Amino acid sequence: MSEPWFGRPVPRNEDSRLLTGRALFVDDVDAPGMLHVAFVRSTLAHARILSIDLSAAAQRPGVVAVFSAEELGDFWQHGPLLVQPPPIEGLVFNQRTQPLLARDKVRHVGEPIAVIVAENRYIAEDAAEDVWVEYEPLDAVGDLERALEPGAPLVHEDLGSNISAHVVQKKGNYEDARARADLVITRRFHYDRGVSAALENRAYVAQWNARQRELTLWDTTQAPIPIRNGLARMLGLSEFQVRVVAPFVGGGFGPKIMMFYPEEVLVPWLAMKLEAAVKWTEDRRENFFATTQERGQVHDAEIALTRDGRILGVQDRFLHDGGAYDPYGLTVPINSQCTLLGPYVVPNYASEFTAVFTNRTLVTPVRGAGRQHGVFVIERLLDIAARELGIDPVEIRRRNFIPPDAFPWDNEVIFQDSAPLVYDSGDFAAVLDRALEIIGYDTFLREEQPRLRAEGRHVGIGVVAYVEGTGIGPYEGARVSVETDGSVSVATGVGTQGQGHFTTLAQVVADPLGVDVADVRIVTGDTREFRWGTGTFASRGAVAAGNACHAAAVAVRDKIVRLAADILGAPPDDIVVANGHAGVRGDAARRMPLGELAARANPLRGAVKPGTEPGLEATAYFGAERGATASGVHAMIVDVDPDTAMVKILRYVVVHDCGRVINPLILDGQIHGGVAHGIGNAFYEKLVYDENGQLLTGSFMDYLLPTSLDVPDIETAHHETPSPLNPLGVKGAGEAGVIPGGALFAQAVENALAERGIEIREIPLSPNLLFTLLVEAERRP
Amino acid sequence: MDQRVPMRARVNGVDHERTVEPRLLLSDFLRNELGLTGTHVGCEHGVCGACTVLVDGEPVRSCLMLAVQAGGHDVTTVEGLASGDHLHPLQTAFRDAHALQCGFCTPGILMTLVAFLREHANPTAHEIRHAISGNLCRCTGYQNIVKAVELAAQRLAEAST
Repeated sequence: MSEPWFGRPVPRNEDSRLLTGRALFVDDVDAPGMLHVAFVRSTLAHARILSIDLSAAAQRPGVVAVFSAEELGDFWQHGPLLVQPPPIEGLVFNQRTQPLLARDKVRHVGEPIAVIVAENRYIAEDAAEDVWVEYEPLDAVGDLERALEPGAPLVHEDLGSNISAHVVQKKGNYEDARARADLVITRRFHYDRGVSAALENRAYVAQWNARQRELTLWDTTQAPIPIRNGLARMLGLSEFQVRVVAPFVGGGFGPKIMMFYPEEVLVPWLAMKLEAAVKWTEDRRENFFATTQERGQVHDAEIALTRDGRILGVQDRFLHDGGAYDPYGLTVPINSQCTLLGPYVVPNYASEFTAVFTNRTLVTPVRGAGRQHGVFVIERLLDIAARELGIDPVEIRRRNFIPPDAFPWDNEVIFQDSAPLVYDSGDFAAVLDRALEIIGYDTFLREEQPRLRAEGRHVGIGVVAYVEGTGIGPYEGARVSVETDGSVSVATGVGTQGQGHFTTLAQVVADPLGVDVADVRIVTGDTREFRWGTGTFASRGAVAAGNACHAAAVAVRDKIVRLAADILGAPPDDIVVANGHAGVRGDAARRMPLGELAARANPLRGAVKPGTEPGLEATAYFGAERGATASGVHAMIVDVDPDTAMVKILRYVVVHDCGRVINPLILDGQIHGGVAHGIGNAFYEKLVYDENGQLLTGSFMDYLLPTSLDVPDIETAHHETPSPLNPLGVKGAGEAGVIPGGALFAQAVENALAERGIEIREIPLSPNLLFTLLVEAERRP
Repeated sequence: MDQRVPMRARVNGVDHERTVEPRLLLSDFLRNELGLTGTHVGCEHGVCGACTVLVDGEPVRSCLMLAVQAGGHDVTTVEGLASGDHLHPLQTAFRDAHALQCGFCTPGILMTLVAFLREHANPTAHEIRHAISGNLCRCTGYQNIVKAVELAAQRLAEAST
């Protein structure tokens, strides 16, 4: 038996296409007579629309059609609610989803008001400038606390308040715990907004074949199947008449999920209406205003502990900035609420949040999806408690870890997938120890830090832990087929945005089928190839689609064995499937290539046994009762210049447990990218809005993505605690790198500047903010 | 309104003659007029570097250049990097070191690095990081890109000895 593909650092099957410029991205799609779209967008955050004058735009040569809400007629509608709120007692959720085009009122800068269709994009944009919109400006809702005060301007006037949702989750009795505590720490924490900044902006190309009555939409979505289903409903078509293709997608990171963005619905509608191919590609400026964002929250948190640092309870009340509409339900704040519990025994927990409508771009999950905030709050509280109690920050974490023999561990709260938050597995202390060993924690504190400090340098270390609920349901599926040339084709419903599905899923099926990974062709994100599934999000591709591929491959292997046993005249137990052949164990001469077996499995003449299914093909589905629990520890050493408030990262270590590793090369890549994103969120990236709801950092000149000079080399190690909830034992890894970034920056920078006595309670910690904290600390008596 | 002007440019060794609007960006010319969609457009304001191509061997942002400015010049895009099925050493090194994920920024990074390696046969990691500091990548954290360039430089050096 050759070495298994599972677990090997195989280079990727998809790379040669991407490296030669021959991979298809949505904006690459071309069609004869294709029309191009531009949107007229609100220039104000909050205003009544008094009038819209399309006449000049309609008359511009090259313009084909112009629509505002009024011209959409019966098709004008609000987008669907994408995620139902979980079944939590007393939950309040006020559904206000985005309209296709604003009518009467605009609620954030960039909200689409009118759509122009023209012969090319240049003309469409010229015509968008011709549209005259008369507004009555209204006060904008931005600050989360002021939004809830009486008399505040209302984003949705019919609602009577700016409350999008209110949720309380409790475990035990926090008040009792607090009464027993030796130490109670109370703090307010802020976490602000950023963009996902996929390098590819959104794009949609739709083609309506009027003769065959078939619609094809090329869509930069992470979830083509839900988009197909929803569009069919909205456009009055059967699901079989709609094909949604998510080809290569240039980064997802959350906002490309099944959003039913206005542009995503209008482009196919226009294609049908105008009986033409229609394309819209977002530009970067639009991306800053019209693609969803994340991360604005304010937490008032409290932790109660014994004097030896054991957590008795945590209380957290937070406000969540939901933006102007709430189509994605409560996923982000629920993730914050649940992820706060981390890898720790928290016997009593009282958490309450209010999601607030604001006159800002919509908030939906962005890599991490609210988990950052929870990790930031609990890790900061533990850091402050450790300082107050005179306990080493690593030690206080260790004392509170859930022990490895305590799984499954019920947190007694409801998670984003509507299931109870029960951790399936983990070994938090082992992960911590490995991280400490790699970064040399003791040596750093004992020798390096004193030596460097004596040289006048401000070096510090941070170590934070987190848990990530991954691989949530409901399910994914896959169809695995052996073709007559001996190659294997796999179709699955998830889309791909760089995660390496063409390789990892190939590794999963190559082992049971005894073929080379290079001979496995994976198709993702084409609803014509696979009809069922939900999408790529929540670090679930490897868990859901991976296990579905595995199950289908095992079923095909069974077919191969049965057929080969018949043909070769040997008992099934003696059939070996390896090296592209099925053969009889111990008899090298009696074997048959898989391609030939595939041909024999699809006879053109003669009778077959009743009940025989043709082909070496099987379809299987996988859904776990709940998600798989990934966990990790990040450790970082920084060198801070207190004069410039710049932070240089000297070392960054990630030890991560995502269960069994399919491909360490790809896994490390996922971690590297996540860490870079986390560094950006923690220190560089910030969406700054003024009091009128205008974004001041709406370009890559103003909004700073980390560059190759800002992201250090990241040292990774993996601890494997297989998930007991799926046959492959895998857990998700896509978001692990990004989650603890803020908490880690805060701890390491504080440690570096220990003598200055600053306390970091806000992320992003820009050089500006750090400088302000240093000046304030100096002024304090 | 039509003020189209004739232009001629050599792209990946092939001469093209077109009549274009003077305001047409070089990036749109390559993608839409010539169908060379390997050049990607990420920001259209010259920061992300995804649209980088070589003009007379030097890397330029094709979103910051008009097509007519390329008239009479020699343009190389990512499609011109491999010869037939034979990948450029940078391309194979990118695959071997897992230096790309979604692959959207990759063509611009490759074109930036082709020019860089020509001038820096044996670059340090620090030099490589400076060379790609004008190219944004959201997926990789850059680490494996640096590795890939080191690998490519090493292979190119071995091949020339």
